[in-house]
Amino acid sequence: MHLQIDRLCKSFGYGAARKEVLREVSFAVHSGEFVALVGSSGSGKSTVMRLIAGLEQPSAGTISIDGRPVTAPGSDRGMVFQKYSLYPWLTAAQNVAFGMELQGRSRPEIRERTAYFLEVVGLADAARRLPRELSGGMQQRIAIARALAAEPQVLLLDEPFGALDIQIRESMQEFLRDLWQRTGLTALLITHDLEEALLLAGTVHILAPSPGRIVRSVSVDLDHSSMPHLRVSPSFLALREELAQNLRSLEPAFAR
Amino acid sequence: MPAFQRLIRHPWALGLLGILSVLLLWWITTASGSVNKLFLPSPQAVWLAGQQQWTSGLLLKDALASIQRVFIGFAMSAGLALPVGIAMGTSPVICRLLEPLMGLIRYMPAPAFIPLLIIYFGLDELPKVLLIFIGTFFFNTLMIMDAVKFVPRELVETARTLGGRTLPILTRVVAPFIAPQVLDTYRINMASAWNLVIVAELVAATEGLGKRISLAQRFLRTDEIFMGLIVIGLIGLLIDLGFRALMRRACSWAN
Repeated sequence: MHLQIDRLCKSFGYGAARKEVLREVSFAVHSGEFVALVGSSGSGKSTVMRLIAGLEQPSAGTISIDGRPVTAPGSDRGMVFQKYSLYPWLTAAQNVAFGMELQGRSRPEIRERTAYFLEVVGLADAARRLPRELSGGMQQRIAIARALAAEPQVLLLDEPFGALDIQIRESMQEFLRDLWQRTGLTALLITHDLEEALLLAGTVHILAPSPGRIVRSVSVDLDHSSMPHLRVSPSFLALREELAQNLRSLEPAFAR
Repeated sequence: MPAFQRLIRHPWALGLLGILSVLLLWWITTASGSVNKLFLPSPQAVWLAGQQQWTSGLLLKDALASIQRVFIGFAMSAGLALPVGIAMGTSPVICRLLEPLMGLIRYMPAPAFIPLLIIYFGLDELPKVLLIFIGTFFFNTLMIMDAVKFVPRELVETARTLGGRTLPILTRVVAPFIAPQVLDTYRINMASAWNLVIVAELVAATEGLGKRISLAQRFLRTDEIFMGLIVIGLIGLLIDLGFRALMRRACSWAN
């Protein structure tokens, strides 16, 4: 699998009200990779995600998967939104099964895969509970299970932990890293949290705001075997600080 | 005393107390003889009138006639409002096309259509059923449209990224999400339907609870008028409670 984003541009509105959100954004995600886009608000990072998901159309540039251009939403690109997007009238298991039912898979297959992915995200016990009976972290894990169960080629994560408390965020970051290692999924993460990007991704692209564009791309060559250690290791902190200064210098003067 | 407190805290206790107080006040007023009983019949007289109409079978016949009109007219209104409301809520083009028109007609009082309906359709069942339809369809449609507009974008977009097409999204995302609001819309507008059937029957009918009231007026039978009013109120209340029960059972996730 090869997700290629090529000179992607996006503007909203017309005439004098026209606002350029993205300017010539290019990057690639290969099978099994974990790539992160980091940017402050206004860097158009969510727009990049919506364009890749096919929920918006680019003004210029192309998005392709294995050479086929992306024109509409499809189950080859699974998306996890920041706000919990579970269906409140369906149980956790029914939510996980939802995408597979839309795909028209057979009942036994749906049942089997639902049980499997609930197990993968560690929520087999919560199968019959409604979303409102689950914590925020659990809801996001179900949303991830639902996206994975539909067998996407790439998982798009749009600030998936942005609405969670800090402690739950940290455990969710470890969960996601672990999930990536176990299942070999391909993931693209969007976040404003530099630490989160460096902890999870092998490649991090820094987006500058107004208009959004990639100003720096970093390969993260750190020892990811233990996340708690990584968080406080000197090389991790040095890289984080360097990139944080980079990000700060991109902010307009009044925001500094 | 704790038993009394438990009784008072029962959710229905105060409501029942309010009704009983009015009944008591009514009884005292009539028993004291200070009001002409032609204007205000006693509770016993109203009860007797009810008993009499029940044993003669008139009450049941009238109630069934009114209920049937409401049911047919409202079923037409609710059934058509659902697809039209969903279409308006999902398509900006359809919404811009129909919303001003519906907003205009909605403000025309339905009873003002009665003369026209009688000219067009005579005095049969059709004009009464149509009156209920006219009086509730536009409210039903616009309220369902609003419910559809409040479906969170993420829920629809999630379904699209999972490979969902338009029709499955309507039936499996939009429909279940709006179900509680739709039931509530029907519950609220059912009250208008119930009002309108009585208005229609007051104007022209051979049977029905409204007809009974207008006949009673002709013979100065205020006890029968009171009886009719109370029965109308009770049936309306029962329908309301029915909708609430349905909502609790069918949409437990929304409570």
